Amino acid sequence: MTLTAQDVADITRLLEESSFDELYLELDGLKLTLRRQGVGGAPAAPATPQPASQSTADPTPGAVLPSPPSGPAPAASPAAPQGTVQNVVAPLLGTFYRAPKPGSAPFVETGSQVKEDTVIGIIEVMKLMNAVRAGVCGVVAEILAQDGVLVEYGEVLLRIDTTGQT
Amino acid sequence: MTIKRILIANRGEIAARIIRTCRRLGIETVLAASSADRHAVPARLADRTVCIGPSRSTESYLQVGTIVQAALGVRADAIHPGYGFLSERAALAQACEETGIIFIGPTAAQIAAVGDKLRARSEAQAADVPVVPGGAVEGMDDAVALAERLGAPLLVKAVGGGGGRGMKRIEHIAELPQAVQLAASEAGVAFGDARVYLERFVTGGRHIEVQVLGDGAGGVVHLGERDCSVQRRYQKLIEETPAPNLPAALRARLHAAAVRFAERLAYRGAGTVEFLVDPARDAFYFLEMNARIQVEHPVTEAVTGIDLIAEQIAIADGAGLRVRQEQISWHGCALECRVNAEDPTRDFQPSPGRVSEVSWPAGEGIRVDTHIEAGSHVPPFYDSLLAKIIAHAPDRAAALMRMRQALHAAEVTGICTNLSLHQDILADPQFQAGGVDTGFLTRYLQQSDAGDAHG
Repeated sequence: MTLTAQDVADITRLLEESSFDELYLELDGLKLTLRRQGVGGAPAAPATPQPASQSTADPTPGAVLPSPPSGPAPAASPAAPQGTVQNVVAPLLGTFYRAPKPGSAPFVETGSQVKEDTVIGIIEVMKLMNAVRAGVCGVVAEILAQDGVLVEYGEVLLRIDTTGQT
Repeated sequence: MTIKRILIANRGEIAARIIRTCRRLGIETVLAASSADRHAVPARLADRTVCIGPSRSTESYLQVGTIVQAALGVRADAIHPGYGFLSERAALAQACEETGIIFIGPTAAQIAAVGDKLRARSEAQAADVPVVPGGAVEGMDDAVALAERLGAPLLVKAVGGGGGRGMKRIEHIAELPQAVQLAASEAGVAFGDARVYLERFVTGGRHIEVQVLGDGAGGVVHLGERDCSVQRRYQKLIEETPAPNLPAALRARLHAAAVRFAERLAYRGAGTVEFLVDPARDAFYFLEMNARIQVEHPVTEAVTGIDLIAEQIAIADGAGLRVRQEQISWHGCALECRVNAEDPTRDFQPSPGRVSEVSWPAGEGIRVDTHIEAGSHVPPFYDSLLAKIIAHAPDRAAALMRMRQALHAAEVTGICTNLSLHQDILADPQFQAGGVDTGFLTRYLQQSDAGDAHG
């Protein structure tokens, strides 16, 4: 039994449309746990870019942050600015997996088209699998996090080019 | 030595303190920090820092799964939990036992045994250690009968509480039913355990605790006592060792009782057995055991010359007790003042914010454990401890003098601190005479309030 990236995305959508907060699926050789943001994890805060003091401020978990500014940051711009590259950050510390199981195709590759709810990876915390979604529409520009490696809270997993998205 | 890399699951001065010993021992450190502490001093001192979550401790420092996953991810051999946070949660020790990570502390079973205050009481009784007259509350009729036997004033305590949390004082038996109901429902919410018990309220007692080390196989040594009677709402402010004006025989009985209690549990690691001492009646009672390193451990280190963090690590690493009881000796007196970010003139309101200038004292017999430097940010999410100033000298009068000079030299600007309150207490004749009870600070503050009002 294998699940494709599309399967996982579909299951995620089922959970989203349900009244449940958590979904635990066990198939032959595969365990999948999906949790809504905010259930025992980080709250699903709206992606309001925080001006200044990024060093001590909490990155908005599970959401998209503007790329680290090479120049001065555009202070408190509402909504996702068009035509920029946006970071998808780890909503929690854990082991990052790019694919639903070892040996299967990654959820996304560089160049993949993603939508807000597209699953881009899984973060495992003590056998609990947490789906990470893109949070934004666009094209995967760069994948920074390696498969099977510890990612920190707030670490940039991948960048998404939102140029031309509405 | 199998411990080569330690994940430190804590923050603040104790994280910096643990790193210092690890560095001396050649052990690598990985700091597990929340995003608020990502750039604080301990993060700079550690060999590596991993960000475990957002500022709120419930989403970072209190997440057992995240801490264990972080330790696995950085390939740490061991976790040091410090004090507070997960240090006395059996769940973390249990998760370590299951994943093969060394937990620098007691076993999960020992944490659970002393965390349940009723269980700890019965272990104390079994070890022939006196407890405050009291007992479990089964039903209301039973509770009233027990209360009448004990006599008011009484304390209603939560079985899952400790350190002053989950405790109510009643002056008359008539208040008992309401207090028990309220305490039980609060305890259910706060500790997930609604059980309560009664204890006679002992007035005029001193808080004296005994530091022990156990090898986990029944071997236990003590490192003397600490007097922590200067406290407000069960928050300790000044600690010292040895306890002043304590009869030698009573001191020896306290030490022996603490050792008996730890032996009975076959306790592993560093722990502290707390007692309420009534010198007038030559009596003492077991209060609770703290299954972790304590904030005030440096005074013990000062007079014994033993690095307690190093001993914790050695015991966790299987080296057992490296000192025999007869090898432990005590030299001089040591005091500790806890410098907190709070405003004593405004009912001890916390004072978080940006520290502009800092000057910590130095000199012979002076030690400062801190994570605060000029420009440090004191986040509002955690406790308000900024630094511990420890003064050590051949006798108490000299240690007091050194402490007063050290406090005079200490300066923190940008936020409020309790530095001047420490100066005032150290100038108080009663404190200088030594041996104040746990009601001293409250009385002192009321008097100085009254003085302010009239002046």
